Amino acid sequence: MIRKLLIANRGEIARRVIRTCRDVGVSPVAVFSDPDAGSPHVREADAAVRLPGASPADTYLRGDLVVAAALAAGADAVHPGYGFLSENASFARAVLAAGLTWVGPDPDVIDAMGSKVAAKKRLAAAGVPVLPELDPESAGEFPLLVKASAGGGGRGMRVVRSAAELAGQVAAARREAESAFGDGTVFCEPLLEHARHVEVQVLADAHGTVWALGERECSIQRRHQKIIEETPSPAVTPEARERLFEAATKAAEAIGYVGAGTVEFLFTDDGSFHFLEVNTRLQVEHPVTEEVFGLDLVAWQLAIAEGARLPAEPPAPNGHAVEARVYAEDPAHDWRPASGTLHRFAVPGGVRVDSGVEDGSEVGVHYDPMLAKVIAWAPTRPAAIRKLAAALDRAELHGLVTNRDLLVRTLRHPAFGAGDTHTGFLGQHGLTTPEPVDVRPAALAAALALAERRRTGALPLGWRNLASQPQRAVFEHGDEAVEVDYRHTRAGVETSLDLTVVAAAPDAVTLELDGVRTTYPVAVYGDRVEVGPTGSGAVSLRLRPRFPEPRATLAEGATVAPMPGTVVRVAVEPGQRVEAGAELLVLEAMKMEHRVLATTGGAVAEVLVRAGQQVDAGDVLAVVADEPRPESTGGTGGA
Amino acid sequence: MTALRTAVDRRSAGYAENREALLARLAELEVEQAKALAGGGPKYTERHHKRGKLLARERIELLVDRDSPFLELSPLAAWGTDYPVGASVVTGIGVVEGVECVIVANDPTVRGGASNPWTLRKTFRANDIAAQNRLPLIGLVESGGADLPSQSEIFIPGGRAFRDLTRLSAAGVPTISTVFGNATAGGAYVPGMSDHVVMIKERSKVFLGGPPLVKMATGEESDDESLGGARMHGTTSGLADFVAEDEVDALRLTRRVVARLNWRKLGPAPRAVEPPLHDEEDLLGLVPTDLRVPFDPREVIARIVDGSRFDEFKPDYGGSLVTGWADLHGYPIGVLANARGVLFSEEAQKATQFIQLANASDTPLLFLQNTTGYMVGAQYEQGGIIKHGAMMINAVSNSRVPHLTVVMGASYGAGNYGMCGRAYDPRFLFTWPNAKSAVMGPKQLAGVLSIVARQAAAAKGQDYDEEHDAAMRRMVEGQIEQQSVAAFLSGRLYDDGVIDPRDTRTVLGLCLSAIHSGPVKGADRYGVFRM
Repeated sequence: MIRKLLIANRGEIARRVIRTCRDVGVSPVAVFSDPDAGSPHVREADAAVRLPGASPADTYLRGDLVVAAALAAGADAVHPGYGFLSENASFARAVLAAGLTWVGPDPDVIDAMGSKVAAKKRLAAAGVPVLPELDPESAGEFPLLVKASAGGGGRGMRVVRSAAELAGQVAAARREAESAFGDGTVFCEPLLEHARHVEVQVLADAHGTVWALGERECSIQRRHQKIIEETPSPAVTPEARERLFEAATKAAEAIGYVGAGTVEFLFTDDGSFHFLEVNTRLQVEHPVTEEVFGLDLVAWQLAIAEGARLPAEPPAPNGHAVEARVYAEDPAHDWRPASGTLHRFAVPGGVRVDSGVEDGSEVGVHYDPMLAKVIAWAPTRPAAIRKLAAALDRAELHGLVTNRDLLVRTLRHPAFGAGDTHTGFLGQHGLTTPEPVDVRPAALAAALALAERRRTGALPLGWRNLASQPQRAVFEHGDEAVEVDYRHTRAGVETSLDLTVVAAAPDAVTLELDGVRTTYPVAVYGDRVEVGPTGSGAVSLRLRPRFPEPRATLAEGATVAPMPGTVVRVAVEPGQRVEAGAELLVLEAMKMEHRVLATTGGAVAEVLVRAGQQVDAGDVLAVVADEPRPESTGGTGGA
Repeated sequence: MTALRTAVDRRSAGYAENREALLARLAELEVEQAKALAGGGPKYTERHHKRGKLLARERIELLVDRDSPFLELSPLAAWGTDYPVGASVVTGIGVVEGVECVIVANDPTVRGGASNPWTLRKTFRANDIAAQNRLPLIGLVESGGADLPSQSEIFIPGGRAFRDLTRLSAAGVPTISTVFGNATAGGAYVPGMSDHVVMIKERSKVFLGGPPLVKMATGEESDDESLGGARMHGTTSGLADFVAEDEVDALRLTRRVVARLNWRKLGPAPRAVEPPLHDEEDLLGLVPTDLRVPFDPREVIARIVDGSRFDEFKPDYGGSLVTGWADLHGYPIGVLANARGVLFSEEAQKATQFIQLANASDTPLLFLQNTTGYMVGAQYEQGGIIKHGAMMINAVSNSRVPHLTVVMGASYGAGNYGMCGRAYDPRFLFTWPNAKSAVMGPKQLAGVLSIVARQAAAAKGQDYDEEHDAAMRRMVEGQIEQQSVAAFLSGRLYDDGVIDPRDTRTVLGLCLSAIHSGPVKGADRYGVFRM
């Protein structure tokens, strides 16, 4: 029996495993990198061991340190979670060699499935349908997908639409794969653009019993990373389900799989499907299966590792579950990850929330920006979707840009409701661009709440004996500036907006629009103002300072870092002529490469960074000028 | 229980009538204030904006803290004169980086911001307020200098502008000049005499003599920039402490200067504030349209003091004057309010004692004027009304605690003096739009003139022309009436502004807060009291 379990992971999944530990009476041990020292998973565990450093390569990917941590803490088993070392066979072997229980499949099985190239060959031989493989150097069919053989989670994955792009994208994918997995092997497959991602959860004991625990549809993806998952799939008919389960069971049996694993397929609406890969670990989206089958998969992982037998038949599924992954990222800006303080994190509405964060958590640049998974269960699919959308809509996610609105838009989209999902869904329906909404009422609410916060004593706000103009406040909402005006008078607040101010307090403002009253909750964190939820979304605003610092104004053509990160390479040099949109340099942040493009055409006047340099969001990287710049005319006066 | 009750009946005919009349006065006031707000009018405003410049009030709005109150002073200055209402300058008390400051902003849309005699008086009044209340002074300067046709009224007294600045500085009251445009010739001494100077690149122009004058004087060829540009003053002459990029940047820098004054108020901090129990809206309904009809000032006090709490002093003695203690926006005050117009010996003696008590306890005083003066008549003269009135005036004159005066109705005769009229240097004096002030009422004054003329005619044995007398009385009444009204008095800076009665509590609260920037200390000596 496992008594003390080291969890070789962080954040949400570490907390998830800790929860099961508490349920079954196992003592959890955490590991943590330096930036995670204050994380909830560290506090919630019975013991925690520091992994010095910040980058995954220095910390959570250091199998030797993790094993040493387990021994130091007196753990007798290791659960790898997902990501990091979860599919690393040599780590699994090191765990076993140290005399510890490995919560996962045999290292040889991991090895066999770890190379996607090899796995495809092996399962094809077992009779599981697979896609043909294309040569990365000379592929002739487009579009195609470049994938990291050792990859997962979309990293190192690239879409190539023409032969011209091929070499560059293959090189980029190799770099990314090398950085993320320590293995730069990539392969190519035809890209099925409107296929669905359907996967089958399997659970196998060491005694020959294999369960197929339903299929999960994970078609809603961004950058090949799942963001909405559900079970059962609306596209899978009972007949197709039977075939899927059979293929999955066959795959698990063929490789002698033990524990919880997932067999992924590309599923086309004619009912045909092709094997993608086997994930030899717990999946991020496992909660939907748990909700529908009433199981604790982590508890079963532990039990199977202890040698327990599965009953002959799995429990019957019940109802429908949908999961949405909340990321700190900006869908409108190429999924730019956000870092900073998550001031408030609260999700209402009777849903399951698996999160690695809490009020005040720092979201850094070193790891995946997923904040939480929100899972709704209901007897039917429409009911589950409605519940999840409402919970997300009313969630308080303060301080960081998130993909919440995108998730809500997707969940409420008629095509999603109709089950008409595929991996290109977001692009097809233009969901990554926010819908134009009039944020002026929310901005007015923000301005009035801020005004209330400025109240000193009992004197009336903004009082004038001769009023010449109203108070004005300018907020930034994404890239757009929103100006509102208001004036506190004896008769109440006057504004040029066509609405009535019913009440204003520091934390809530009630406005009446066309006879309908809405109360806007307002939370303020420095210059950041979070308005809502109101039942029709929440609005994040930044109060623009009344007085811009003059030296902060950028030179025309200056390109700034869109996020903190490391410069991977610089593609231009001073004097070089570039077109608008040309690649200036590549920045790596959150393990993703981001191309920084010229905003205007012209000559490169200055490059202010070099490869390997760490930059902060807003740092000037390069300046492109229309013509060679004249000698500096000196600083602003008064020097 | 000291909370005042109210007897105001909102359903009474009088209430509605009074309210309507006062609202009409307020509408008239708004028309006059709009003239000041309009500055130089649409044409010059547009031209100014087109040059990328902000209006005086726009500058002030950006200078003061967001959502903070701003009390504009003397907005009707120059009303009823040949000069534009507002006197081409905006003055007031605003909060900058949490510090209450006196702000003086030239209005360059009015004749280039040139100073006329009323500009000077309004500016001097603002300087006095800064000095008396220890408020940092911020000048937003853009003035074409003196209005030359009236130079004879400006040149000699105008020297005070510079004297005031350096005396403020000597008294430890910081002075800041932010130069938005011209400050030339004499005007150059405004930044010259200030503690802190902010100039704006390519905008500020500060020199004693411009290129033509220099050419005439010495033959030297020069230009604006080398004689007085911001860059030159920032790098070469050292007159500019900060050089701003533009107007907004200049206001940012000005705010930074104030933030770094490390300002501390010297007066005691206010206590917890409570709103009055009774609605300030009633102030419009309780003041009779006919000034001869007295009203109970406790109804006013009940609507301006914290919790409507009022501890009345000597309630049963000298009942024509109400005296007592209260808090206003957390600041303790003593209140003297006329109840039935006339002041008798008892009232004068009660006031004298009360003022001395306030000085003994360092408590500011609020005078609520509605007085027709000290009582006349043989009985009262024999009773020593002059002596007693003089005692009260002695006490008011030599009192050292801050005084605030609000003219709620009549302010006639020596009552104006005893109740701390303008000549008695209250820190602030405001007028309600229905108020009137003169040596005596128009009818009385005309009547007195008529009697005197009649007696003169009789002495000379002449017939008295009744028709002529009636015309004379009408004329005099009209003239006195016109010269007694609030706007006329405000135009002559006999007050600091005409206010909406409903704003009284707010205005006094702002003033008390400003006053407490300086110390609050009572007198320990008075003139000889004639007993």
